[in-house]
Amino acid sequence: MSFFTSSIGRKVVMSITGLFLISFLIVHLAVNLLTLVSKDLFNEASHFMGTNPFIQTMQYVLALGFILHISQGLILTMKNRQARPQKYAMNKPETNSGISSRSMLLTGVLVLLFIFIHLRDYLWEMKFGNLGGYETDYDLVVGLFDDPIYTAVYVLSFILLAFHLNHGFQSAFQSIGVNHPKYTSFLKTLSTVFCIFVGVGFSAISLYFFFN
Amino acid sequence: MKLTLKIWRQADPQAKGETVTYPVNDISPDMSFLEMMDVLNEELVNKGEEPVAFDHDCREGICGMCSMYINGEAHGPDRGITTCQLHMRKFKDGDTIYIEPWRAKAFPVIKDLVVDRNSFDRIMEAGGFVSVNTSGNTQDANAIPIPKEDADEAFDAATCIGCGACVASCKNSSAMLFVSAKVSQLALLPQGKVEAKRRVLNMVEQMDKEGFGNCTNTGACEVECPKGISLSNIARMNREYLSASLTAKD
Amino acid sequence: MSQLNSKIPEGPLDKKWTNHKNNINLVNPANKRLIDVIVIGTGLAGGSAAASLAEMGYNVKAFCFQDSPRRAHSIAAQGGINAAKNYQNDGDSTYRLFYDTIKGGDYRSREANVYRLAEVSANIIDQCVAQGVPFAREYGGLLDNRSFGGVQVSRTFYAKGQTGQQLLLGAYSAMSRQIGKGKIKMYNRHEMQELVVVDGKARGIIARDLVTGELERHSAHAVVIASGGYGNVFFLSTNAMGSNVTAAWKIHRKGAYFANPCFTQIHPTCIPVSGDHQSKLTLMSESLRNDGRIWVPKKQEDAEAVRAGTLKPTQISEEDRDYYLERRYPAFGNLVPRDVASRAAKERCDAGFGVNKTGEAVFLDFSSAIERYGREKANVEGIENPSKDKVMALGKAVVEAKYGNLFQMYEKIVDDNPYETPMMIYPAVHYTMGGVWVDYNLMTTIQGCYAIGEANFSDHGANRLGASALMQGLADGYFVLPYTIGDYLADDIRTGAISTDSPEFDEAEKLVKDRIDHFMNNNGSKTVDHFHKRLGKIMWNQVGMARNEQGLKQAIEEIRTLRDEFWKDVRVPGSPDGLNPELEKAGRVADFLELGELMALDALERSESCGGHFREEAQTEEGEALRNDEDFTFVSAWEYTGDPGKANLHKEDLVFDNVELKTRSYK
Repeated sequence: MSFFTSSIGRKVVMSITGLFLISFLIVHLAVNLLTLVSKDLFNEASHFMGTNPFIQTMQYVLALGFILHISQGLILTMKNRQARPQKYAMNKPETNSGISSRSMLLTGVLVLLFIFIHLRDYLWEMKFGNLGGYETDYDLVVGLFDDPIYTAVYVLSFILLAFHLNHGFQSAFQSIGVNHPKYTSFLKTLSTVFCIFVGVGFSAISLYFFFN
Repeated sequence: MKLTLKIWRQADPQAKGETVTYPVNDISPDMSFLEMMDVLNEELVNKGEEPVAFDHDCREGICGMCSMYINGEAHGPDRGITTCQLHMRKFKDGDTIYIEPWRAKAFPVIKDLVVDRNSFDRIMEAGGFVSVNTSGNTQDANAIPIPKEDADEAFDAATCIGCGACVASCKNSSAMLFVSAKVSQLALLPQGKVEAKRRVLNMVEQMDKEGFGNCTNTGACEVECPKGISLSNIARMNREYLSASLTAKD
Repeated sequence: MSQLNSKIPEGPLDKKWTNHKNNINLVNPANKRLIDVIVIGTGLAGGSAAASLAEMGYNVKAFCFQDSPRRAHSIAAQGGINAAKNYQNDGDSTYRLFYDTIKGGDYRSREANVYRLAEVSANIIDQCVAQGVPFAREYGGLLDNRSFGGVQVSRTFYAKGQTGQQLLLGAYSAMSRQIGKGKIKMYNRHEMQELVVVDGKARGIIARDLVTGELERHSAHAVVIASGGYGNVFFLSTNAMGSNVTAAWKIHRKGAYFANPCFTQIHPTCIPVSGDHQSKLTLMSESLRNDGRIWVPKKQEDAEAVRAGTLKPTQISEEDRDYYLERRYPAFGNLVPRDVASRAAKERCDAGFGVNKTGEAVFLDFSSAIERYGREKANVEGIENPSKDKVMALGKAVVEAKYGNLFQMYEKIVDDNPYETPMMIYPAVHYTMGGVWVDYNLMTTIQGCYAIGEANFSDHGANRLGASALMQGLADGYFVLPYTIGDYLADDIRTGAISTDSPEFDEAEKLVKDRIDHFMNNNGSKTVDHFHKRLGKIMWNQVGMARNEQGLKQAIEEIRTLRDEFWKDVRVPGSPDGLNPELEKAGRVADFLELGELMALDALERSESCGGHFREEAQTEEGEALRNDEDFTFVSAWEYTGDPGKANLHKEDLVFDNVELKTRSYK
């Protein structure tokens, strides 16, 4: 058990849960992109996601992943803060490390706040509400993006998410020890490509419906 | 050159400490940073003040004793060097230079810029060795051929000088680079593989006990490391730790 | 007049050590637990001794002034470690290593000690590899070797330019294991201040905790001094800033004889002094001489133009260059021993051919090597008729792989790119062959007090060959002292713990306290460094690379005056009750000021030239060193009498049964 309370163990949990959340993101984005293809197709997919027993079970696993990722993240941050009780009077971290790697807590917390809003307006409405008065899942998605502020919040959150992923994706591999002179640079490029893809993909949907 | 130095002064471990400003003149660009500190100290002694205490010994970048956080970077603005190898030609006339000790809970300040790095020694005592006694009849040095790539990689990891710049520059004060360098070196060599599992488990446990932070993979340590110890060592340690945790019998 | 007994065992040379080991007393494992040993210094010798003694079962207390045993200055050794493994099949053997070392030392070392050193050298490599020391290897997975100055075989094992570091970290890891087990009690940031002798036996030390300033009493059944050499008496040297003679000098004052203090090694390849602010000198590994060619301009006017900065070295044509080592010593060329290379550089610079601003530097040029390696590489890669640029680029890559870290170090310090323009080098103080006199068991003239590694006078005679200091440090610490100390300790198994509550401890502590009080209350006007620099100048000018009677006499006078002035006028700020680097330095410089005089006295007494000791009165017409075997085939062992200038000389005659004394010729 000491593994899970060790510094490396906690990082492994962060890494595995992070990669798991990434796999969820991919599915989520794939389904959402269907909105750009056809209304019926999206509604069908949405229905499938909402009723399929496997997906439904996975929802709980996903929630657990979130909780673990967030709780470990907070514990690690707390421990990291304790490790340096006295700060430097002059510090130039920008000379030796990237901004996304140094702001994982900030981007993480902001994305979490976004997720609360997102869950309230979509998941809650789809599962327990009346779709906010809209007819289908598709209409709910399209409808909410009429509001410019709402759309802006979403796009901003996707940018933050992209930053979080930019570091998180490749860092997850390092944490579980996947590092090889041949493949690591590829993983890093993939990480950047992936985070841009996710950020642009989600933002594109919001913006598409805002302008149409 | 004329410079303004802002140096952390702290009389003893319990004292509060503060940044004190000192002007210095007549600094030659050919001086090393520590020779510039010598000039300041000579002046202070002549004025009847206490000189700035700082750690230093070999002054050729190998003992790992010198440890200054200069203008917001471990060992100053140059790369691949220790403080003693930093030369004043890296600064401009009129510059203001902040000089601080390593900051970490596991490196408490002893005086001024001198910190206590015995936590590193204790990590080494927990497993940074091969359990072999001195004897005149160990097997011949060439009995086990070691692939050159492995030997070279082990050597690269083994060049760590234990200065603590990795901890100082890590935003979390993590000692992962230091610990992983030793774990890697010995995990790569057949002589060290025998007790690799025990080693990594014990060393990481001690590292955590000392109060170092965790690794966020920002890579700052690798950039600031005077010996260019690679992040791949941290990955190797993570791997070793993971597999040791999964398979260790006790 | 001599009561020196070197205790060299009887029997043929190659059987002495084995026979000795078979006949000396042992301490059984249960009794070892009852015995304490103090080790001062944690370099290669001290670290390996502490680890080995603890593994055997003794309770070890180890002391170092640095913040960790891993920082001892052995760590800075670059080039390599010799061992008679004959892996290269070039005819090497124990005897040949022994012979090279004796000859390299200019026949001023003990046959039996040197043979033992050569004998255990192979074990060192085995031991270090078992510990996980990552020596350089060939593609086949076997260990690689390189050749080093003064010999004609490749027997040097290395780990790039950081061999000392790797070996020391090996010893440190062995120590760490024992510290973890509680068999070694490690005292970091502690400095030995005094030896305590009870009934003629070394029984403990007074140490100062450098952090709290507290004086501590530590008792033991034996005390091992492994505190390194005293090169810092010259102020500028390749030693670490903290390297000092204090431990060795304190035991000298308590009765240990000091042997051959004038035997200092001036290393030929160091980065030249750049100005008055200089605090230390940086060595460029001797291994560079394998591929670098040393030269100065042939014409005086070229040298002057280079000094003035109007002529670049690369603009001087081949025929206008004087490759003086290749010219004077065709057989060994750039690979002559260190003392020879250093003097030759000084000779050229004194004659006005120096190449830096101060006229005290020569060139070390890699362009031929870069070109040669480039052509080889082009052949290997099958490039036909490669362009000059291609050859140079390929060659640079090869040279970088071999010496990259050294080139980078040079560039950082000098701000010059050594791949493009030749390096500038000049000799600097590097190692001290002299040291505390010890017998075959490494015991000093004080019972139970041992000296190992560079701290003893040991195995290098008047000149040390490259890559043999690491060998000696580890030989003493891993394979010699742990055996020989048992012979003495066997009598101590019933003694029980030594009390620190005795008049001897009281007296020693008072001595230390009085000295510290003197410094703190002196209220002088000059800093410690002021005196240290002045001492260094005297030593370098009069007791440096070339010495003569008049200069040495003058040096003695000057040092005595300086010493008086130091005690009257040194200023130590701060308090003794905490970390106080100025106070630490004051104590060390006080001892250097006594040692310096003894060195001059020893150099004066030895009116021959041998190894690193060159008396201008004793040279051939060609300016080569002239040894005098008739009158000086002995070890000078000096006994302290209260005044370093009036030390008593004891002579240990050196007997050579196995080698013939020859003029050392590298021509």
